[in-house]
Amino acid sequence: MKARDLTDLALRNLREAVFRNALTTLGVAVGVASLVAMLSLGVGLQQLASKRLSQSGLFDTIFVTPKNSFRGMGRPQREVQPDKPPRALDADARKEIEKLPNVIEVYPQVRFFTEVRFNNKPYATVVAGMPDSSKNSGSFDGMQGRFFSSPTANEAILQIEFAKDLSEKPDSLLGQDLILRYAERQALAASATDPPGSPGEPSGGFSVVPKELRLKIVGVVETEPAAGYGGYGNARLLMPLETAATLRAAQVNDLRDIVRDASANKTTYPSLSVRAKSPSQVDALESSIKALGFNTFSLLDASKSLRTFFSVFDLLLGIFGSLALAVATLGIVNTLVMAILERRREIGVLKALGAADSDVQQLFFVEAGVMGFLGGILGVLFGWLLGRALTYGTNVYLHRQNLNSIELSSVPWWLVLSALAFAVLVSLAAGFYPASRAAKLNPVDALRYE
Amino acid sequence: MPASDPAIHLDHTSRHYSMGLTTVRAVDDLSLFVNQNEFLALLGSSGSGKSTLLNLIGGLDRPTSGSIVVDGQNLAALSSLDLARYRRNTIGMIFQSFNLLPRMTLEENIELPLRLAEIDRGERPARVRKALERVRLTHRVGHRPTELSGGEQQRVAIARALVNRPKILLADEPTGNLDSVTGEAILALLREQSQLGMTIVMVTHERSIAEEFADRIAVMGDGKLLSISSAQGLAQ
Repeated sequence: MKARDLTDLALRNLREAVFRNALTTLGVAVGVASLVAMLSLGVGLQQLASKRLSQSGLFDTIFVTPKNSFRGMGRPQREVQPDKPPRALDADARKEIEKLPNVIEVYPQVRFFTEVRFNNKPYATVVAGMPDSSKNSGSFDGMQGRFFSSPTANEAILQIEFAKDLSEKPDSLLGQDLILRYAERQALAASATDPPGSPGEPSGGFSVVPKELRLKIVGVVETEPAAGYGGYGNARLLMPLETAATLRAAQVNDLRDIVRDASANKTTYPSLSVRAKSPSQVDALESSIKALGFNTFSLLDASKSLRTFFSVFDLLLGIFGSLALAVATLGIVNTLVMAILERRREIGVLKALGAADSDVQQLFFVEAGVMGFLGGILGVLFGWLLGRALTYGTNVYLHRQNLNSIELSSVPWWLVLSALAFAVLVSLAAGFYPASRAAKLNPVDALRYE
Repeated sequence: MPASDPAIHLDHTSRHYSMGLTTVRAVDDLSLFVNQNEFLALLGSSGSGKSTLLNLIGGLDRPTSGSIVVDGQNLAALSSLDLARYRRNTIGMIFQSFNLLPRMTLEENIELPLRLAEIDRGERPARVRKALERVRLTHRVGHRPTELSGGEQQRVAIARALVNRPKILLADEPTGNLDSVTGEAILALLREQSQLGMTIVMVTHERSIAEEFADRIAVMGDGKLLSISSAQGLAQ
């Protein structure tokens, strides 16, 4: 029989016992809904975690350092030819890396230990420059006050513990000024004995000059912001990266730079953070940066472990969600076996008119498949609604706890299509026994059946 | 043995059933031929094996031994699929209880064999209409079987049996559920098909009907062929 005729007949048969078939279909729908709701929770949580991690820059950031020209204890010198000095991580290199495909931004890590004066009292702390992109990292969600008004603003965001050191009421600090006291690096003139144009040779240095900068406190952040490799967890005063970079504050690595590069006047970076468009592009980007002559490091491996964890998590949720669907398949078997008993004579007539065993079998398969498909559609809808309800309920709770709302569940297209396909496949499997039984009916016995 | 090839030829055909320790010989070593375009009546008392014989000729059952050759095909040797094709293309069957599908209209009931034979959808309405014309029921096309009288239902069953243009029509007690007047009308219709060139084998237990409408009458008893003669001869 042609597919269209088969479907026509199957639909007609399903309409004949519409109430019973609707209940069976509803059973499938409940099963699929449970599966979809479970998996949507898994997907939602994974997306939530991935989004936070992606925004934090931990998994799409590559940490770039110059190649170490020093031989470590007992370690052979790597990839550096003795007559060729390691390439400096300077402004030129930064521009070159910026031009690589799939690079969103390249920024240096500016971090220094210094003194802060507030109400004429000194406080020692670590200061870190925050790139403008960290605004969307999620770390500043729910902060008191606001993010920096511009990438070059003389503004500061304090970590809550540091803010508590400054005042018993951290929110009262907003709008007040503090004084940042730091050591500015000023280049010394190169020695006349140094050969010109010989980077890497110790031929110059710099002096440090005490300076002060007034910063306006614009925010207090609850959680420790983590952006880029290594994070800023230890930094208790955050300021715009560009502002921090213009300070030319003496950093821990400066002494090493003196040894490595004579031209202290030239901007070199101890490290650069390179953000890729997505974690999947980190591997290729790392290779490109290595080809430019730098060392790289990323936390991509950790990201892979995370994906493995969520795959196992989704699998477990899927198994629990499938239990209801397994019960629903019993409903399909029951409905179709009942249909065979009721339609025994009809099957006999069909066979007498020339229906092959396979025609009868396919007819029952299509009926099972249609119930599975309709149940699948309803189930996806119910599952989505269940996910929305769970998200709504969770967000009501979170709001009561003064926390930001989240998207707890997510039903992507692949889940919709997979759930539909799974519902149809499971229904066909459930229809296998009844369909085979119907196909094997003896037509003479079937025609005699009253 | 006729000069031309018979439409149906049964050669030492048996159909035995096992019921516990007992063997029921529904058809027992029966040999018979039916000529092309012949109207044969199978006469016999209840349990004589005539319906079993009809099922064997119709390819609904298989013989335990012997052969059944219909239209050049040995049914005993056909696969299940080929037997289904045979039922679809060579045979038309009508039953005592009509066996129409009650949830379908007349048109849909008659269209069913066309669906099974995968006849093109565009061709089907004309074939259905023609079949209904042959049984003079075109005015009831949209009705359901339950809305028809017994005679009308049997006419629809005949239309359904004829729609695939079979060579052989098998009728199992076609008038068993009808009053005598309606029964005669149905038999007249079958006779008409026979005259148009169709081979018909009809099971009945009413001798008078067999004598009036059939060409030959085969009498069965205990699964065996007791006698076979022309209907006119019996009538005399």
